[in-house]
Amino acid sequence: MQSIVSSYHLCLAHPPPPVLCQRLLCHRIPSIRLPSRRSTTSLGLFTCAAVSRESEMAAKEDGQDPRIPKIASSIRVIPDFPKPGIMFQDITTLLLDTEAFKDTIDIFVERYKGKGISVVAGVEARGFIFGPPIALAIGAKFVPMRKPKKLPGKVISEEYSLEYGTDKIEMHVGAVEPGERAIIIDDLIATGGTLAAAIRLLERVGVKIVECACVIELPELNGREKLGEAPLFILVTSDAA
Amino acid sequence: MFAAENGLKGDPRLEAISAAIRVVPNFPKKGIMFQDITTLLLDHKAFKHTIDIFVDRYKDMQISVVAGVEARGFMFGPSIALAIGAKFVPLRKPGKLPGKVISESYELEYGHDRLEMHVDAVKPLERVIIIDDLVATGGTLSAAISLMESQGAEVVECACVIGLPEVKGQHKLKGKPLYVLVEPSGLDEFC
Repeated sequence: MQSIVSSYHLCLAHPPPPVLCQRLLCHRIPSIRLPSRRSTTSLGLFTCAAVSRESEMAAKEDGQDPRIPKIASSIRVIPDFPKPGIMFQDITTLLLDTEAFKDTIDIFVERYKGKGISVVAGVEARGFIFGPPIALAIGAKFVPMRKPKKLPGKVISEEYSLEYGTDKIEMHVGAVEPGERAIIIDDLIATGGTLAAAIRLLERVGVKIVECACVIELPELNGREKLGEAPLFILVTSDAA
Repeated sequence: MFAAENGLKGDPRLEAISAAIRVVPNFPKKGIMFQDITTLLLDHKAFKHTIDIFVDRYKDMQISVVAGVEARGFMFGPSIALAIGAKFVPLRKPGKLPGKVISESYELEYGHDRLEMHVDAVKPLERVIIIDDLVATGGTLSAAISLMESQGAEVVECACVIGLPEVKGQHKLKGKPLYVLVEPSGLDEFC
């Protein structure tokens, strides 16, 4: 926990004004470029701080799942993508590490199995990589939440804000039913805009969001605050820039 | 080749998979009977059958890479990769992958599109299967095969849940075997 706190202090020592981008807040590049620091979070303690009983049950004695450091180190950081100042968290390298990918899925499956979750919703497109294996393992449906005009049938959609303008995510009508219990999966949470829209979409049709789950969180961007009552579970935290 | 002609004739799982796929007429445009696999993903048993059939086929073939075509290939590929102990490599539309990429163009009805892969994703001599939900003309899969071969990898097979009539009788795509579970649903009613 101590190392997580100190890395944030380092990063925010000279806080430049943030500029909003589609998924990430990008800080203007400071004169001294700080290395992108990645922290491994304490499973269940830091990430789900006192929000759900389940998180307390998941916490290990030393607060850290031993699989997490390998998962964290398998994620590649690409500077200045999609534009200058953003440190892009590339999970494709995690997918190339068979043990790290399996561990990632196992952690989520262990957490959500046997909890009466009948829906795993995944946000396009990287949510489609993590969601289906989890759904299969816990006996749930997989529901893709897509950009506009991709889904062929009748849809409901929810708008969310971008830096300039808005975007939408869509879900098929009839994919979920009122009363179902769902988790929402994406690879990363930044500002939380997309996840918040996904929550609203599912809640509009009477689904209960048990938790949002991401591999990576960029905590400086405060995405957690946008999620309302829905808890957030993550494996790895990282700096936005 | 179709699964039913290749050892799975009469397998009840194939019927369940076929029945779970929804046909949406006139999407994305008039005259197209769109094969919607999202309903397959809602049917846990049928979805599991789909993955199991592919896993059973590939688990002893020393496959080290499962490549999936954006975006519906992402819904099937990773589960197969995890079960057979292979890497998953996403093949994406231009501009999505953050690192250094190689790309291959392919034809659409009007114009072209491109498929991209990270340069370091696949190594020479690796054995690869390429997954997508559906094969129609085979243009996208051909581009995917080219990407793999440019890196010196060997494409063992291309695998799709659904194969349109154009590919029936076509056992190979760009010289590579093609394995398909089912034919499109519901065409007879409308044609």
